[in-house]
Amino acid sequence: MKEEMSYRDAIRAALAEEMRRDPTVLLMGEDIAAAGGVFKATEGLLKEFGPIRVRDTPISEMGFVGAALGLAVTGYRPVVELMFADFIGVCYDQIANQIAKYRYMSGGQTTVPLVIRALGGAGLRFASQHSQTCETWLLSVPGLKIVCPSSANEVYGMLKASIRDENPVVVIEHKSLYSVKGSVTLDEASAADLDRPAVVWPGKDVTIVASLAMVDRSVEAGQALAEQGVEAEVIDLRVLRPMNVEPILDSVRKTSRLLTVEEGPEVGGWGAEVVANVTAEAFDHLDGPPQRVTLPDHPIPFSPPLEDAALPGAQRIVETVLGMCGR
Amino acid sequence: MSIQREFPPRSEQLSHEDLLELYRTMVTIRIFEDQVQQCFLDGMVRGTTHLCQGQEAVSAGAMKALRPDDYVTCTYRGHGQCLARGMQVTEAMQEIFGRAGGVCKGKGGSMHLTDISRGLLGSFAIVGAGLPVAVGAGLSAQLRGEGQISATFFGDGSTNIGAFHESLNLAAVWSLPVIFVCENNLYGEYTPIRETTPVEDLASRAAGYDMPGSIVDGNDVLAVYDAMADAVERGRRGDGPTFVECKTYRQCGHSRTDPAKYRTREELDAWVARDPLPGFLKVLGDREILSPAASEELVREIEEQIQAAAHAAEQAPWPEESRMGEDVLV
Repeated sequence: MKEEMSYRDAIRAALAEEMRRDPTVLLMGEDIAAAGGVFKATEGLLKEFGPIRVRDTPISEMGFVGAALGLAVTGYRPVVELMFADFIGVCYDQIANQIAKYRYMSGGQTTVPLVIRALGGAGLRFASQHSQTCETWLLSVPGLKIVCPSSANEVYGMLKASIRDENPVVVIEHKSLYSVKGSVTLDEASAADLDRPAVVWPGKDVTIVASLAMVDRSVEAGQALAEQGVEAEVIDLRVLRPMNVEPILDSVRKTSRLLTVEEGPEVGGWGAEVVANVTAEAFDHLDGPPQRVTLPDHPIPFSPPLEDAALPGAQRIVETVLGMCGR
Repeated sequence: MSIQREFPPRSEQLSHEDLLELYRTMVTIRIFEDQVQQCFLDGMVRGTTHLCQGQEAVSAGAMKALRPDDYVTCTYRGHGQCLARGMQVTEAMQEIFGRAGGVCKGKGGSMHLTDISRGLLGSFAIVGAGLPVAVGAGLSAQLRGEGQISATFFGDGSTNIGAFHESLNLAAVWSLPVIFVCENNLYGEYTPIRETTPVEDLASRAAGYDMPGSIVDGNDVLAVYDAMADAVERGRRGDGPTFVECKTYRQCGHSRTDPAKYRTREELDAWVARDPLPGFLKVLGDREILSPAASEELVREIEEQIQAAAHAAEQAPWPEESRMGEDVLV
């Protein structure tokens, strides 16, 4: 059944379905219960599932993220919300040193089925400490899955899959996408795959790999490029870790050009990962050096025109692609 | 606030077998730790290791008060807790030696002894990290409603780190069946507690979270048992968390490379005079439960067992390199 709904509503639908399906799924986070979440993603869930399963926490990220680990290894499937992804810094030890390493250090004695939903992203004038996507903070940590849903349909399917996954999954939700509507294929029984990137706009002249809010901007760029006779193929990275580059390689073998577009740093960003992999695996197919469009190398500024200038937009993507095509 | 203490003490209900088991547990821990120390000096144990000689009564007494379905987390100085909880000497020794037959397949080592089947949810190498995990296990216990307890063991140094405070707060505000067992051995690594901590009695910190606390002589295994048993009873009743501070002392350095020159000979000697093992042996002797000859036999038996385990660990196979990448994602 297809329904037009916002990214926010798709999150709620996914959480509700999985909680109905599995009584061991619990939600925890700041202001998620009584207030329904500061961005309203969990509105109504307290009423349906009660305060035991939908729980407001104190402002204690180390405490409740670590508690999620304890719950996950004793029979529950906690879904913890980080109100802003930037707060990953507060509980980084619990995520990177405890949760990510737990199964390995124990020699595989148990699985750690937990989900951390982290609301990240810029564009809403929240300034430098409340605007990061932060997926790169965890990119180098083995033992985690990191997923980046770019649309209502993706967040619905991928959040369901993340909750069903036996591994710890960090879901980076983008706050500027919360009100963006899309067609969602509702199906209680199923969940999306967490295996691979997806081609969202097919083309033959250049491969553009993007994630989160940059997917829509890349598609917008693709439309503008088409008017100039350049057919871009836009790929939504979807799953950052483990990264499956095969679909990207397939695309580059067709297009011979690679551009990555990320709302993240150039240094240590995931674009560098994609470029390294493609260069290693499909070097002979490249007509020119891969390019990366990223944030500038400074914290995200508050002032609205500055923030807008910092964020990669369709125009910058178009100009970069035209440059790559020798125009 | 103090907790309601059971009178007469619950330890008076322990049988002769129970008391012998307590002694046996403490002796096992002592000899195991001495053996690991020797193996480290001989180059058979690598990296680092954190031993607990002198603190055995805390592990033995506390674990005696728990049920098999209770949960435990501990620190990198956790061999005593793990052995007292029933981890096999052979599996623990092999893990410390990094062998494939170790309880964590050699992937964790001394600082990460874990045995989920015994409710040992992990030994944590980051100070304070085990407390939030124990809070989660305590919430799990509360949700399940079968009266389980979640006990977490940590040192005095842990009471200064953020995760400690967040954990006590969470356990208190959610009224979780968590027991925070603090082994106050007066030193956080190389630094004496008076230089890092404005209070002398760490149990007083529990009051800041409206949590009852008790202070016990951590070298008196029955006193530890009593305090723990009272806290366990509180937790199982649904009356929430308790803080149990055990005053104790580690007779060795912080880690194997630490000669512990930061403390005086007088201080060490005074605590060695209160060593929990001879202390309890005297109790057993006075009650005619264990004669000197029988105790020597028991010690000999355990020494043989542990030496054999060390020898076997030395001969045991290393993990296969080809399997090094297993146990990451499912």
